[in-house]
Amino acid sequence: MSTVILLLITGIGLGALYFLVASGLSLIYGLMHVLNFAHGSFLTLGGLVGWEVGRRVGDGTWGGLFVSMLTGIVVGALFAIVTELLFIRRLYNRHIEQVLVTVGLGLATVALFEGIWGTDPIITSKVPWLRGTTEILGARIPNHIWLLIACAAIVLAAIVLFLRFTRYGLIIRAGVENRTMVTALGIDVRKSFTLVFAIGGAAAGLGGVLASVYYGNVSAHQGTSMLIYAFIVTVIGGLGSLPGAAIASVLVAVLQQFANFYLGGTGDLIIVLALAAVLLVRPSGLMGRKLT
Amino acid sequence: MSTAPILAVRNLYARISGQQVVEDVSFDVAPTGVTALLGRNGVGKSSTIKAILGIIERDGSIEFQGTPIERLRTDRIVQRGIAYIPEDREVFATLSVDENLALAVRQPKPNRALVNELFPELTQRGPQLAGTLSGGQQQMVSLARGLLNDNELLLVDEPTKGLAPRLVNEVARVLKTAAETTPMRLVEQNLFVVRELAQDVIVLSGGRVVHRGPAAEFLDDADLIQRHLGVSGGDDDHATGPAHTPSASAGEVSA
Repeated sequence: MSTVILLLITGIGLGALYFLVASGLSLIYGLMHVLNFAHGSFLTLGGLVGWEVGRRVGDGTWGGLFVSMLTGIVVGALFAIVTELLFIRRLYNRHIEQVLVTVGLGLATVALFEGIWGTDPIITSKVPWLRGTTEILGARIPNHIWLLIACAAIVLAAIVLFLRFTRYGLIIRAGVENRTMVTALGIDVRKSFTLVFAIGGAAAGLGGVLASVYYGNVSAHQGTSMLIYAFIVTVIGGLGSLPGAAIASVLVAVLQQFANFYLGGTGDLIIVLALAAVLLVRPSGLMGRKLT
Repeated sequence: MSTAPILAVRNLYARISGQQVVEDVSFDVAPTGVTALLGRNGVGKSSTIKAILGIIERDGSIEFQGTPIERLRTDRIVQRGIAYIPEDREVFATLSVDENLALAVRQPKPNRALVNELFPELTQRGPQLAGTLSGGQQQMVSLARGLLNDNELLLVDEPTKGLAPRLVNEVARVLKTAAETTPMRLVEQNLFVVRELAQDVIVLSGGRVVHRGPAAEFLDDADLIQRHLGVSGGDDDHATGPAHTPSASAGEVSA
């Protein structure tokens, strides 16, 4: 029983991490129809710069971690804004070129990060409490899992409130449904594009810092490996659906944890099979709009 | 009062996915009243409106109030005072009626009193998702979105398409009220509505203008209607009456 509880809660924690990356991917695709293969770089840069700044403030302290998270958010958002303004904005509705540019940017930035921080993972210090565990129904849950879940819940709530109660949120929701009609109402939807990129980048940057807490290291490749899972989550949840991304993040991560434990480390295989099943049975994803 | 056209279109070409849908179209829209754009299905009427707004790829010269707008983005064109009421309503189905209307507001003091007066039903359906409304109610939302702002020109595309005869009359009444203050360019298959509203007509065929002139003159000429729209005209014809059957409206009986 305690093993099931442990797998379930750590799965939710990993799902929280996936959600931080997938939420931006999903919103960006939903509004702009851009598959952003450079999204992992937002996470990596957020994690690396967050670690650099945080350790100078206080390595292994709450203050250092807090500054690190704030830095990750700001760096991720700025990197995303620059990416949108410099590359994506020039390539609206040119999907092949968008894929080529974002794949190229993703590869180039990883090479750049390797040049600056090296190719090996850098071990990070943790706040003492995050190194401990909390017992839940006999299962000893690593404390850093609670941090991940709390942060993802706050991000989810913040994005939902933003989408629900602000004019830009209204424009983004309408734009996900029918971008052409939004512009035909006299609204400059490009500002929303930049904003959505910034939100996605901020969430990914925070995800980068939290990934360093989860894995205990930062590396130039962290975003690339996370991006694959985030894409799977985004497709399973339904491209453009934030609730879909949240639900699919948890489902995928929990499935992965259970498969890794009970089926001999086949977690990755199982989630790819789950992706195939969803695409066959419900191509629009769990909560995506029906494809016509 | 100035008689210069509010909208002057010259040598307009438009493409959708590389396919030519509008070819060398030129016309003016009068600064007052309603100009109807007629033609059989698929001749490029809706595409012409979309091309004016920059929604689809286009070439040619488009002047609005004497200023070229052919290089402007769609949102900039609309901000100059051109409201677009699209074919098939295109309401945001996942947003509420109130949110659909709020999204359309472009000025500090929108014309809510006018909208409430014209569409009292919408005020009661504010929180309802637009996707759950009937076709007629969705058309009300679409019209209301256009009328919330003070516009210089209304581009209205097939406002009565698919509506029951009672609603056709209702929409015609609303458009007539709107046309009292704002010039309108109307794409419409229902000749009753055209007769009710339009002063001038422009007829398209194969993406080109094949006739232009006073609406009454065109609608009274059964030969012209038969030749250009493929339906029989005349006052006793279903195509010109409010309770027309779908099969008797201009586009639906044509190719």
